[in-house]
Amino acid sequence: MTRLLIRGGHLLDAANSVDSIGDLALADGKILAVGEIPEGFQADEVIEADGKLVIPGLIDLCARLREPGHEHKATIASETRAAAMAGITTLVVPPDTDPVVDETSVGNLIRRRAEAAGFARVLTLGALTQGLVGEQLAEMATLKDSGCVGVSNGGRPIADTRVLYQALAYAASQDLTVFLEPVEPWLDRGCAHDGPVAARLGLAGIPVAAETAGLARLLSLVEDIGARLHICRLSSARGVEMVRAAHQRGLPVTADVAIHYLHLCEMDLGRFDSACHVLPPLRGLRDRDGLRMAVADGTISAICSDHQPHDRDAKERPFAETAPGISGVDTLLGLTLKLTDEGVLELGEALARVTSGPAQVLALEQGRLVTGAPGDVCVVDPEAEWEVEEQTLRSQGKNTAFSGWGLKGLVAAVVVKGNVVKIT
Amino acid sequence: MNARGAQLDSSGRLRHFLTLEGLKRQHLEEILDTAESLRNVAERRVKILPTLRGTTVVNLFFEPSTRTRTTFELAARRLSADVMNLDMRASSATKGETLLDTLHNIEAMQVDMFVVRHSVSGAAEFVAAHVAPHIAVLNAGDGRHAHPTQGMLDVFTIRRHKGHFPDLRVAIVGDILHSRVARSQIHALNILQTGEVRVVAPRTLLPTAVESLGVQVYHRLEEGLKDVDVVITLRLQRERMAGALLPSEQEYYRLYGLTEERLKLAAADAIVMHPGPINRGVEMDSRVADGERSVILEQVTNGIAVRMAIMTLTMGNRAAARRIEV
Repeated sequence: MTRLLIRGGHLLDAANSVDSIGDLALADGKILAVGEIPEGFQADEVIEADGKLVIPGLIDLCARLREPGHEHKATIASETRAAAMAGITTLVVPPDTDPVVDETSVGNLIRRRAEAAGFARVLTLGALTQGLVGEQLAEMATLKDSGCVGVSNGGRPIADTRVLYQALAYAASQDLTVFLEPVEPWLDRGCAHDGPVAARLGLAGIPVAAETAGLARLLSLVEDIGARLHICRLSSARGVEMVRAAHQRGLPVTADVAIHYLHLCEMDLGRFDSACHVLPPLRGLRDRDGLRMAVADGTISAICSDHQPHDRDAKERPFAETAPGISGVDTLLGLTLKLTDEGVLELGEALARVTSGPAQVLALEQGRLVTGAPGDVCVVDPEAEWEVEEQTLRSQGKNTAFSGWGLKGLVAAVVVKGNVVKIT
Repeated sequence: MNARGAQLDSSGRLRHFLTLEGLKRQHLEEILDTAESLRNVAERRVKILPTLRGTTVVNLFFEPSTRTRTTFELAARRLSADVMNLDMRASSATKGETLLDTLHNIEAMQVDMFVVRHSVSGAAEFVAAHVAPHIAVLNAGDGRHAHPTQGMLDVFTIRRHKGHFPDLRVAIVGDILHSRVARSQIHALNILQTGEVRVVAPRTLLPTAVESLGVQVYHRLEEGLKDVDVVITLRLQRERMAGALLPSEQEYYRLYGLTEERLKLAAADAIVMHPGPINRGVEMDSRVADGERSVILEQVTNGIAVRMAIMTLTMGNRAAARRIEV
């Protein structure tokens, strides 16, 4: 095991009140010391971090790697490499691969291939229902024992409320966090926010009520059952209000937002820009601002990339026929730092939403700069500027919605399990 | 949308004709004036002009249409173009070939203009963004988004009867939500600074943010028709009942059907329009459709002149642009 010293950087982990210039020592795959380095520590490798940020490696609560099943879009190796180069050391993948993660072998395969690739850590969510069809419960406890860290229905809403009730109750009894998108399936038939842009472009609209009705249903069930629910991908200001109220009532719910909802809105669809085709849809400016406020006040504790790499063909069609989703791992850090530049929240708080915040959702040990924590660290030059270009994205999916944007924050080094990730 | 797909060239002239949104009053007036002079051709015994001799126009119809396809074809032939009709429903589109592959195959046949109809909003702009630069694309209807030649022939018809747009009140009645025709009419009327554009329909047949298009919203036909100079009724598709958007055709007719009685609420000399085909007894009483206020058949006639004008202008602008490059 390498003994690693990261010297003279700005150590920052707001959740643990770490915010100072100093050294960081890692040994045996873990953080050995923060700030004060024990005497006699002999490093095998030293990273000079003068003028750089030293932060926990990013934790991305939702990234689709497309393997198994859609390797023409991306692979576990290509995406974990892209993620690591962008400072993300842990990726949580939903179970909607092909085949789905409703049996242990699929989750095992994903984790084994990620291990073999040797870039970022990959954690799998198991299926909530068999085949994600929403009819019969998946073997959640077995999936958990084999290594799944939570359960989800992979973005496919469960229409039958009774099945949903039982799934939440069963998951709760197995001490599993359930990841669900708040969507009322009957209102979810469209490809754009049901607002002025959809009216003008003649696109089928998805009303905000698709989110709030879905959320109301989920929160009612949680209130009854007491299940631990993680609400994935909020898109509206009204949705945020409901989560805030749920927190005030003491419900055991957490929530995330994908980074693009904090920077884009329906106007960015322009003239049918398929790069901005995402689900839930990009909503109005007030929704974007409501989400920003929720990230600032902690109602939303995690920002994810909702990484969905696509091949070119999937996006080169008329808007409604294109596949939804944005390739997001390359830009997660830069766009999160941009929130600080735009005055949405302080640097430490912004970074907490991609480190300690998501770690808490899953009760992970990662995401912190404390002695004994897993040795996942990211060294960032926060002032280095770069321009987003489709062709230079490391992800195999070039479907970014931020082409031409100038971002700050270049990753200088990434450490996973105490080892510097060598990018080949 | 990249610069290639933009419908205006760098000098602000039409190179494609995809949507009326974003066009200026001068663009529309140029089309209307050109159509006016071309309409006279249609009344001559020899109806052919040499304008597009040697050019090939391809009708690319991914959706069924008789009237629109026929009038585009007639317009092209009267300008001496060669016309190819491709019914895309029956061909490659159903064999899994992507729209892009289909396009590249057809453009390899050395053609000059695509007339595109497709069931998905944005399809015409997608085609324009991906075809070879020498090809002009005319939108003959894309999803719910736009049907700009229809919008133009409607304002052409209104202008012939009513003249000055700022003095007019126009009511569009019916299924605005699913209607590309309505969206193009609304843009055209607003660009020409029409005094008031109204839409009349139940909430289920209106886009959520419809007022953002620049219209006054009415849910009751009696109120919406009051003192208008032009009534445009839209076709009601039968499948709207299955989608739980309306209870029945009978109730729709009772509330929104245009009858002689209701037409009396409009201005005494109001005209009645419909993009066709009409569901008699659903959106309109036959007595109104065939009555003296109806200009529905004239709309069809005007469609040919307007499409000739748009073809002439887009191809002419391209020729002019080439001359400047040389």
